[in-house]
Amino acid sequence: MKPVIEMNKIVKNYVMGDVIVRALRSVDVTINESEFVAIMGASGSGKSTLMNIIGCLDDVTEGNYQLDGSDTNSLNKDQYADIRNQKIGFVFQGFNLLPRTTALENVELPLLYDRKERIKNPRQQAIKALESVGLADRIDHVPNQLSGGQQQRVAIARALVNDPAIILADEPTGNLDSKTSVEVMSVFQELNEQGKTIILVTHEHDLAQYAKRTIVLRDGHVIQDNKVEQQQSAKTVLANWIEE
Amino acid sequence: MKWNRIQKIALQSIMKNKMRSILTSLGIIIGVCSVIVMVAVGQGSQAQIEKQINSLGTNLLMVFPGISNQGGVNRGAGSRNKMKLSDCEAILEEAVHVKYVSASVRSGGQIIGGTGNWNSSVEGVSEQFLDIKDWDLESGEFFTAKDVKYKKKVAVLGKTVADELFPDMEAVGEKIRINNTPFTVIGVLEEKGQTGMGNDQDDTILAPATTVLTRLKGKDKINMIYVSANSLEEIDAAQSEVEEIMRREHDIDYGDDDDFMIRSQTEITKMASETSETLTLLLAAIAGVSLIVGGIGIMNIMLVSVTERTREIGIRLSIGARSRDVLTQFLAESITLSFIGGIIGILLAVGISLFMNNFTGIYTIINPTIVFLSMAFSAAVGIFFGYYPARKAANLNPIDALRYE
Ligand SMILES: Nc1ncnc2c1ncn2[C@@H]1O[C@H](COP(=O)(O)OP(=O)(O)OP(=O)(O)O)[C@@H](O)[C@H]1O
Ligand SMILES: [Mg+2]
Repeated sequence: MKPVIEMNKIVKNYVMGDVIVRALRSVDVTINESEFVAIMGASGSGKSTLMNIIGCLDDVTEGNYQLDGSDTNSLNKDQYADIRNQKIGFVFQGFNLLPRTTALENVELPLLYDRKERIKNPRQQAIKALESVGLADRIDHVPNQLSGGQQQRVAIARALVNDPAIILADEPTGNLDSKTSVEVMSVFQELNEQGKTIILVTHEHDLAQYAKRTIVLRDGHVIQDNKVEQQQSAKTVLANWIEE
Repeated sequence: MKWNRIQKIALQSIMKNKMRSILTSLGIIIGVCSVIVMVAVGQGSQAQIEKQINSLGTNLLMVFPGISNQGGVNRGAGSRNKMKLSDCEAILEEAVHVKYVSASVRSGGQIIGGTGNWNSSVEGVSEQFLDIKDWDLESGEFFTAKDVKYKKKVAVLGKTVADELFPDMEAVGEKIRINNTPFTVIGVLEEKGQTGMGNDQDDTILAPATTVLTRLKGKDKINMIYVSANSLEEIDAAQSEVEEIMRREHDIDYGDDDDFMIRSQTEITKMASETSETLTLLLAAIAGVSLIVGGIGIMNIMLVSVTERTREIGIRLSIGARSRDVLTQFLAESITLSFIGGIIGILLAVGISLFMNNFTGIYTIINPTIVFLSMAFSAAVGIFFGYYPARKAANLNPIDALRYE
């Protein structure tokens, strides 16, 4: 197994005037290719901060972060951007969709910024991504015409569309009902089976059981790092779903 | 990243944010349009004043009563008028560079005749007046040297006067009364329209200067003398001749000041165009202000939308746009809006100036340099305020841009 993410004594401080908020205090995490990790912890424990650093959206205060074998400290801004574009799909806690822009155009956007233009027909690919999250009939809706759950699924489709090696999802099911949540898990499991590394932040222990490994944070420290004994199959759960 | 993709993204963004796009363009439209129109009005009136002066007459010199300086007290132009009809005769007889001469004696009066009455000005002139002014008659004929000599009570009407007094009939041959003196109408002048200052040039009556002096004014002083030189080149020679003759006629000793002044057409043109240049400058200043107002409008819109746009930039960066991609997009947006706004502004200005030329008395000339300058300025403002905040945002890291408030 090849490690894709190696974090060594990562520290992240936010300086706000005289106050220093220690969001992460020396975090060591290694995540291998094709893992499915659930990150858990109380609110404010640093989960989103960790995800942002993994996703190359934010820089570290101290420590060393190797992504796919290369030290991220040595990369310049453009290289960061290209990693975000090609290696990582990010689903935010808030949806971060462009307003007044249709689902289809939102999902298509990462493809337009792909300077290698690996996907020849962006529109087609975006439609496929939206279909895979069950939004085929909503492609022309703009965000404020969609429910919270639907907006989150558009965001997931946008994260998938570039066929990234790593998918990061910060509480992707926070706004979804329990069945839709399992459906989203099923999408992630399917992607994981295709070889993608999935990292998921969740508050729900039930959903963590769909992952292969759980990491628990508290006050900026990793306090637990366990293999999931019996990974649940979302497909099976869905097949036996009894409507409440 | 390929240019056509950036362009696609920029166009999408413009279409998605119609209100912002329209307001931005509006600033540029107002700026460009007002500058062009203002300067066009200024330059149009300048050109028209020059045209009017050229239509004063051909190779014209005008002799006015001089400024009197008695005992050091300036009593104003014409305060010691000594000009008489005999001056005209002397000039016509002696000056070799002069072709035509006419006195001008102005009087106003109540005109009665035909179907009603009318207030107009009466100008007493010589039989050469039409040649000097290069005017024509619409009907009838002009008075002759004989008419002038024998102080005949004949009159030639301007078009307005003829239409007022004789709306449905031929004026020639009819009788009118000017301040109770009967005159016979022998001709009607061709229509000439309004001057740049809005004076109706057709609201006038011409009569022999001799008749006007004796019948209407009862004195022998004339208001001015029109002199037409043989050619443009001879104007200066004619001017010295006229001066010499006038000095002799008025018994002015060597070394004493003239009691008259001579103005040539070229001098008047220069004076008038200086005035209208000031006007153009003033209008340009007003236009400049509206350009700045337009610019501030653009600036406001851009700065107000900066929070929203910073978030947008955060989203774009987070899904893998490079800073440069985002900047190019914003630049493309600003350029597109400035360009569209500029074009609309120019078209609007052309429309307004055509409208003014055709439906109002205001004559306008569109100046290509101003078109270019106003467009360049507006575009610069639009591009700067579209690009500069974007540059700041694109240099943030994505998370900070997403959190921007
Ligand atoms: N931009 C910031 N500036 C200052 N402090 C911040 C910033 N972002 C996060 N923090 C602080 O860092 C700590 C960790 O925040 P983080 O968002 O990572 O928590 P979380 O585990 O994702 O919580 P939640 O479950 O509520 O999303 C918190 O105390 C938070 O207040
Ligand atoms: Mg969070």
